[in-house]
Amino acid sequence: MTVRVQTEDFDVGFELNQLRHVRKDTGAIVSFVGQVRDLNDGDTVTRLTLEHYPGMTEKALEGIINQAKTRWNFFDALIIHRVGSLKPTDQIVLVAVSGAHRVEAFKACEFIMDFLKTEAPFWKKEVTQDGERWLEAKQSDDLARERWAKTIA
Amino acid sequence: MKIKIFYFARLKETLKFSTEDLELPDDAFAQALTILKLKALLAKRSDVWQQMLLGKLKVRGAINHELVDDNAKIVDGDEVAFFPPVTGG
Repeated sequence: MTVRVQTEDFDVGFELNQLRHVRKDTGAIVSFVGQVRDLNDGDTVTRLTLEHYPGMTEKALEGIINQAKTRWNFFDALIIHRVGSLKPTDQIVLVAVSGAHRVEAFKACEFIMDFLKTEAPFWKKEVTQDGERWLEAKQSDDLARERWAKTIA
Repeated sequence: MKIKIFYFARLKETLKFSTEDLELPDDAFAQALTILKLKALLAKRSDVWQQMLLGKLKVRGAINHELVDDNAKIVDGDEVAFFPPVTGG
């Protein structure tokens, strides 16, 4: 398991290539990349600043991967999340999961993202034409997490 | 008892506090300290503190890097944090 919180950008190709070679019985890698949009709630976004809680963030992300492990039999998982000042089209987050087959990897990747969205201590602040504003948590993200409670892997 | 408190995002910005060390007399109040009781204590500092900690904004608490609810107990040496619902990813 690898969890990294960093200001620098990441190279998805490089990271997935690393994951491919962890185990030779890996048959599937599923990845998700989140990036900065230039539009939110109808307003043009020029910058996005991400703040986090050092220490807790890493622990929360590792905890999310461990929770996923209790549900699906995947091989390895990687989370990279950026913090600091970002601009539209910049990458924010990479979640990648490897496994023998695709089903576990797809589910674990989605589960990790849904929990990251609702439990990992990151906060976004965006700059629009009207100034700066903190993003509000979305109810749809809570619902996305809740549905895992009702699902049996 | 001594605890360390961290504030993040909108709370940090509005309260103009990122972290503080708080020392409380070892009395019955301290022994029964919870997240909610600590919020109420801090809210007495000013209207802004009241609004930020007990107002409309949903404030989440963490103790020693674990998300907890309002009834979670705080003990000597704990690291407590207050922040709005998270918005990463």
